[in-house]
Amino acid sequence: MPEHFDVLILGAGPAGLAAAEILARAGRTVGLVDEQAQPGGQFGRERIRQRPGRSGRKLLEWLQHRNGITYFPGHRVVDCDPHPALVTESTRGSTRLTGGALILAPGARELVLPFPGWTLPGVFCAGGLQALAKSGWPVRGRRIVLAGSGPLLVASAHTLRHEGAEILAIIEQAARGSVARFLAGLPTWPAKALQTLGYLPTWARIPYETGAFVAEALGEERLEAVRIVERGRTRIVPCDLLGTGFGLIPNVEAAARLGCVLTPTPHPSVRVDGLQATSLPGIYAAGEVTGIGGVERAQIEGAIAGYAAVGNLPKARALAPKLAHWARFGEAVNRHFALRDPLRALARPDTVICRCEDVTLGEIDSAGGQGSVKLLTRLGMGPCQGRICLAALAELRPGYGTVTGSQAARPPLFPARLGTLAGEPAPEPHP
Amino acid sequence: MNLVTLTVDGRPVTVPEGASVAAAVATVTGVFRRSVRGTPRGPYCGMGQCFECEVRIDGRISLACLARATPGAIITTDAGTL
Repeated sequence: MPEHFDVLILGAGPAGLAAAEILARAGRTVGLVDEQAQPGGQFGRERIRQRPGRSGRKLLEWLQHRNGITYFPGHRVVDCDPHPALVTESTRGSTRLTGGALILAPGARELVLPFPGWTLPGVFCAGGLQALAKSGWPVRGRRIVLAGSGPLLVASAHTLRHEGAEILAIIEQAARGSVARFLAGLPTWPAKALQTLGYLPTWARIPYETGAFVAEALGEERLEAVRIVERGRTRIVPCDLLGTGFGLIPNVEAAARLGCVLTPTPHPSVRVDGLQATSLPGIYAAGEVTGIGGVERAQIEGAIAGYAAVGNLPKARALAPKLAHWARFGEAVNRHFALRDPLRALARPDTVICRCEDVTLGEIDSAGGQGSVKLLTRLGMGPCQGRICLAALAELRPGYGTVTGSQAARPPLFPARLGTLAGEPAPEPHP
Repeated sequence: MNLVTLTVDGRPVTVPEGASVAAAVATVTGVFRRSVRGTPRGPYCGMGQCFECEVRIDGRISLACLARATPGAIITTDAGTL
């Protein structure tokens, strides 16, 4: 059934929620669409075992009772057009939502760097493992290694430790001096310094190795051990689970489908002006989709987009200094935890790059360039539509990187039922 | 804490209310599917992007990490692909 709102928001994370609040306060009707079952995005995901449900339940209650906001959880956007409209699919059916304006706040996903063994069950993205554990994935008593780069590794370790896991080590690829400089700069952002202090009990208890990386995951049917390289020395560490985090990349697929101008970078983001306006009229973008910068920056961008969408330009512009302050935090993270080249050279010719279609790096290299690689190997043609492998390839083989944005610019943005594309309601489940 | 009971590959499984289907499956097996070349796979991104956690939920292929466990749901692994 078609529904119309003053403003559509794609994404109920920090940016989308900040925008929704301002729009509702200004008396606008808002259609808030999110693929997750609960609001808050990845940042706001709650531990289900944390009782009583605090901010998340309050947030849900607020969303359900806030006049003007219609919340669509569990709705995946499978297509969109710049009128603007969103075609969504959920277990209950498909819907076409239209709006007077659209705010894109779909957040980010984790960047992956393939290495031998990375497809074994038990190897996860670091934030993904954190999210799964919060949603009840059994980690109690499990031996976990976290590897890669950035503050997310520590945040993930913190959650996993509270869920009863035994964190064997955090393996940070950045050099010790780089991490030290990042920490020394934290007082510029007191809220972040405070958050870091909160992680200290975790940090103090877990071996934190800098200038090191996991070069290989070992096992047959599941992960059994990892091979860690530290300054040329190699050691094998038996473990049950491995979380790897190499940074985040913007989810630009919907923006690309709409035709918004993206940055010409290996991992494109949506270009916006000072009012979060994209290159298309009535379409705004806010949060990680405009560039990776963290939760505070996302919230400010969401607020600016909200004010801009209701025409309150003085309020929108007044947030510019605050935005610049938090954007510098994002830049500091990106600078101090920049990925070092050895991480991009771990995959071997027989290492799978495209998990959906089992395409190896050797097959990609021998397919001879961007034009023929898909024809010859089915790279990026599985259900994830290249979200994982094409971003990885942008790091491993920079020449291929530019296809990331255009790859998913055609509908459907996610695998969808034919009936959804034809505008029919979903069929009843059939056991 | 309220509990939810559902079936994973024919076995009854009980998880806390609010748990994901992925969490329920993980209590039975870490291998959610086989890849096109037959290698074992389980959840990877945890956020609905990678499609490694595809299972059948009441007959329909779905992502186990995005779906919540509901009472009486029938889950089967190695479900094929979307």
